[in-house]
Amino acid sequence: MIARIMGEGQFEIDAGALDDLNSLDASLESAIGTGEEDAFRTALHALLDRVREVGSPLSADSLEPSDLILPPTDASMDEVREMLGDQGLIPG
Amino acid sequence: MSVMKRLSMIFRAKADKALDKMEDPRETLDYSYQRQLELLQKVRRGVADVATSRKRVELQIQQLEQQSTKLEGQGRQALGAGREDLAREALTRRSGLQNQIADLRTQYESLQGEEEKLTLASQRLQAKVDSFRTKKETIKATYTAAEAQTRINEAFSGISEEMGDVGMAIQRAEDKTATMQARAGAIDDLLASGALDDVSGPRDDIQAELDRMGGGADVELELQRLKGEIGGAEAPKQIGGQPSAGQADTPPAAPQQQPSAQPQQGEELR
Repeated sequence: MIARIMGEGQFEIDAGALDDLNSLDASLESAIGTGEEDAFRTALHALLDRVREVGSPLSADSLEPSDLILPPTDASMDEVREMLGDQGLIPG
Repeated sequence: MSVMKRLSMIFRAKADKALDKMEDPRETLDYSYQRQLELLQKVRRGVADVATSRKRVELQIQQLEQQSTKLEGQGRQALGAGREDLAREALTRRSGLQNQIADLRTQYESLQGEEEKLTLASQRLQAKVDSFRTKKETIKATYTAAEAQTRINEAFSGISEEMGDVGMAIQRAEDKTATMQARAGAIDDLLASGALDDVSGPRDDIQAELDRMGGGADVELELQRLKGEIGGAEAPKQIGGQPSAGQADTPPAAPQQQPSAQPQQGEELR
């Protein structure tokens, strides 16, 4: 499956790594729920690091859409909330 | 729901919505390609803008560093002349500048990071746009409309995702640069006002004081030299005759002025 780290590019990821990523993703989600910026940052970086670790970069000319999309590494919690909000970051 | 899955759905929903608007699949291809080229231009402009800001900050760092070195030199000079008060003033100002320099360095690194990110983003987008163009031509040559539609959907959501990502990256870089430019503007104003970089101008009071002291010392030396030249006892009387006429008898005239300056200094330090 394919994961995109925004601002960084796409990675091909083995399906076996998904459980691990899902649990890191759950921590991220709960950090956003509690509203603690530090916890959010730690969780985000843990998740992104794991994607980079288990994934191999997809060729830049690939036109495949991603199954998973992750916020940019320097995103603040508010930015991520905004991206996930109803209006979304991408209008239209 | 999972953050990464939700984000992926948001991106895909946007691509689907754009696709739905298009009636003719071929129109989708050409229209999307145009937008891709526009976005590419925009990213490149973004890279250039960030580079300009970075160079501006770099120049400011250089200017402030020059000024900081100057202040250090002045501090040393003042200390050498026994003016600890002046030296302290020079070093205090220097430490203020050092803080500003450190702040600018952080900005510089941040801008450099944005520049690299945008450069890479533009390279990735370029690769995908090239790939899309090739695919576009192939799709146009396909026989059935249904087949074309499927392929278009695939290619389109891939490129649309990249475009959404790049669009965000540009937006973020612009936001960051805008804040930094405001601060850079303030420093430019400060530099332009001469408050920081004017060595010998009227605003540099430390230098003025040092010059005055230096000048004073030179005058004393000159005085000594003249006294030596004249050698006689008459000339010194003329010189010393103005402020403290009585005691003045050759050489002592000069040393006497020095001590009179010392107590003043001591008071200032307290």
